[in-house]
Amino acid sequence: MRTNLLTRLTAALAVGVFALGVGGGGAVAKTDLLVYTSIEADELAKFKNAFEKDYPDINIKWVRDSTGIMGAKLLAEKDNPRADIVWGMAATVLLQLIPYDYFQAYAPKGVEKLNPLYVDPKNNPPLWVGQRAYVAAVCYNTIEGKKNNLPIPKTWKDLTKPVYKGHVIMPNPGSSGTAYLDVSSWIQMWGEEDAFKFMDALHKNISRYTHSGSKPCKLAAAGEIPIGVSFAYRVVKSRAAGAPLVLITPEEGLGWEVEAMAIVRNTKNLAAARALADWTISRKSMELHAPGYAEVALPGIPNPVKDFPDVGGKMIKNDFAWAGANKARIVKKWTARYDAKSEPRKKK
Amino acid sequence: MTDGPQAGVIEAPLVKPKVGREDWVMRAGLAVIGVYLLVAVVFPLYTILSKSFQDERGTFIGLDNYAEYFATPALFYSINNSLTVSVISMVITVGLAFGYAYGLTRSCMPGKGVFKAIALIPILAPSLLPAISLRYLFGAQGMIKGLLMGETIYGPIGIVIGEVFWTFPHALLIIFTALSLSDARLYEAAEALGASKLRTFFTVTLPGAKYGLISACFVVFTLVITDFGVPKVIGGGYNVLAVDIYKQVVGQRNFQMGAVVGLVLLAPALLAFIADRMIQGKQVALLSARAVPYEPRPDRRFDLAMLAFCGTVAFIIIGILAVAQFAALVKFWPYNLSLVLDSYQFDLMDGGSWGAFWNSLKMAAWTAVIGTAVIFTGAYLVEKSKGFEHGRGLIQLMCMIPLAVPGIVLGLAYIFFFNALGNPLGFIYHTLIILVLCTITHFYTVSHLTATTALKQMDAEFEAVSSSLKVPFYRTFVRVTVPVCMPAILDISIYLFVNAMTTVSAVIFLYSADTQLASVAVLNMDDAGDTAPAAAMGMMIVYTSATVRLLHFLLTRGIARRTQAWRKR
Repeated sequence: MRTNLLTRLTAALAVGVFALGVGGGGAVAKTDLLVYTSIEADELAKFKNAFEKDYPDINIKWVRDSTGIMGAKLLAEKDNPRADIVWGMAATVLLQLIPYDYFQAYAPKGVEKLNPLYVDPKNNPPLWVGQRAYVAAVCYNTIEGKKNNLPIPKTWKDLTKPVYKGHVIMPNPGSSGTAYLDVSSWIQMWGEEDAFKFMDALHKNISRYTHSGSKPCKLAAAGEIPIGVSFAYRVVKSRAAGAPLVLITPEEGLGWEVEAMAIVRNTKNLAAARALADWTISRKSMELHAPGYAEVALPGIPNPVKDFPDVGGKMIKNDFAWAGANKARIVKKWTARYDAKSEPRKKK
Repeated sequence: MTDGPQAGVIEAPLVKPKVGREDWVMRAGLAVIGVYLLVAVVFPLYTILSKSFQDERGTFIGLDNYAEYFATPALFYSINNSLTVSVISMVITVGLAFGYAYGLTRSCMPGKGVFKAIALIPILAPSLLPAISLRYLFGAQGMIKGLLMGETIYGPIGIVIGEVFWTFPHALLIIFTALSLSDARLYEAAEALGASKLRTFFTVTLPGAKYGLISACFVVFTLVITDFGVPKVIGGGYNVLAVDIYKQVVGQRNFQMGAVVGLVLLAPALLAFIADRMIQGKQVALLSARAVPYEPRPDRRFDLAMLAFCGTVAFIIIGILAVAQFAALVKFWPYNLSLVLDSYQFDLMDGGSWGAFWNSLKMAAWTAVIGTAVIFTGAYLVEKSKGFEHGRGLIQLMCMIPLAVPGIVLGLAYIFFFNALGNPLGFIYHTLIILVLCTITHFYTVSHLTATTALKQMDAEFEAVSSSLKVPFYRTFVRVTVPVCMPAILDISIYLFVNAMTTVSAVIFLYSADTQLASVAVLNMDDAGDTAPAAAMGMMIVYTSATVRLLHFLLTRGIARRTQAWRKR
């Protein structure tokens, strides 16, 4: 009798599970294209719909996560890559994968019209082609700023003034690509010695370092801190949701990163992957890429977001190869100076 | 009487002098479990941990990575910090869980079923929810931040609160199992001999629950030291080892250094295993074949005190969840506190949320069914088979390892192993199967310890009598062991289910386009700055798991009535 009970229990569970399983399925004779991406989650649908409208026989299947997770996943899969194409991924991540012959060269239709800063300079045809850039930015919470009598900072150096002590949050370059963007841009602008002098002074004002690059502006939006160092897209989004944020683009210059596409070496859907590659730099796609971002690869497409600061002139001459080659060394130096002291600091 | 399982081991050969067909069946079973653990635990971990001896190109470089890592001063802060928060969290959690489980098993307070259900709520919740709650309670805009007296929540205080909340159910599950199987005759004897309640507590209750308590200590300690979720979101600049792995692997894509820290973190698991071996010899099988289950008698003052204690703990648990629910309804914290239902329009969030929800449900169901069968059978074979000491010891060790492996390391290990060119099991990569396998492995140890705790308290005489009656062991297993252990088996299945619903750290590397999971969706919504919808989706997971938990509770009651009737006199 007890055996019966157990058997029946197992059977019931199995049937339940099977019933759940039947929900899926439904095959259509379309090409499934597996796209690894770190595009913002809320943008996926607009890109997929627009592309599949132009190419009805291709079905985009996303695997999306943050840049850190996707980068680790791509690198871990390097011996047997699974994606057909990578799109919307930080160019620095792609550069780290190139030495493993991860990608195959392809010049998408219209690549010659793009701003050359967005195209792989080392290979022709290029291994990677960028769609847009995001810039470093500072966000300032007007309500909390007023409460603490903090003037709106205009420059990076402003952030080192004593008045901001304990009121600034930035990400940790050991965990966040965005943070490394800031650190490497300061070094590229001012030279390593002066940049670290600046960071010494900034460190005195930092309340804490976060692990995610988008967190500082989210925390500023929620009133946890008056000033966050992050990137611009986040500020635009949070403001739309009702956050009392001001977007500041410091005068000295801004670090930036390209979001790019690359076709994986062993894709079984080469034609579809190339079709997507062509599409990503089409005018239509460029217009979809523009909102909230500093710049797109195709010149002459304005940012439709109202009062988005004109950042084009402030973007520094960013040497990605240098930034990539020196990352390990700089992060180590940064960690030794600022992270080793991370034991709890008493709040005054 | 006092020398426990060995008695069975020594006596058995007297009953059956030679290795019979049955022993071979058992050994075959052990071999199957052993192979399973090799494929699910050892091989994948080897593929990643061996990277700690390689450079980024895969060339063997000996201990260079270790030399480099140990030359980094930040490491010592991390080790120190990790040990500090782990020990503090362990003491608080096990203390609270023991008091709570004591109230559930030894008092006649009302509402025990409700209290047990509430205690398990923290594992129903994705770890993001307590993080959001703590920020709303103690952050710069926090409702009751005054309680911290100027200290910041973003540091060790936040980590300890978060970890205690999260590990409490794990500890409770083990301690509850340890306390609920007890022999009333011992208490009757103590009473007849005139022992005070306190003396009985120290001479009967504590020794009986010793194995469970020690297991719970190691489980909590190891869970805390390997967890990166809580310190990452609430730890501020307080560096711990698991966050170092996150920084190396996700922040810098330096798998070699991540592997070094991963190997350092295996140390607690090895210690736990050694301690387990040492204690095992001394454990008394409480539930001898002649045992009479303990039934508490009403005692007004004691029952009220236990009710107050459990009530306080339950209130805090519910409170933290209530704040998360509040977070899901607030329009824009902290500047617009009007309550709206906008956040529940998941179809307006990134697509596939509901698909992800169904995937999660499917994954959790498979994990519960397959995981429970594998883990309980495995624990049974390890505990009750005879001879083959080294093999059993090895399997026991393999069962302890997963606890000490941070989710990030496990997830990447599964990529390296199952995605390797030429792996015949490669076909499961990017499917639901690998998610199920990985999740079972991730939560293997606590389930195994729960099963072991229940099995250890069953007298070996059951097997001895069965075999002398020429009843094959599998019949004893199905007709005696499984029914007697049914509460523990059901606890394991629900434990696996709810953890599968909320797990992120390992599966985040393994899901694919068709196997997105709700728990990952929650994380991504928060990542996109949508705190309220993330809280809303997180609470949906809580309510779903709670519903399953409730169904499970009703089912348990039905089964308990049929299989546990022998517990009453």
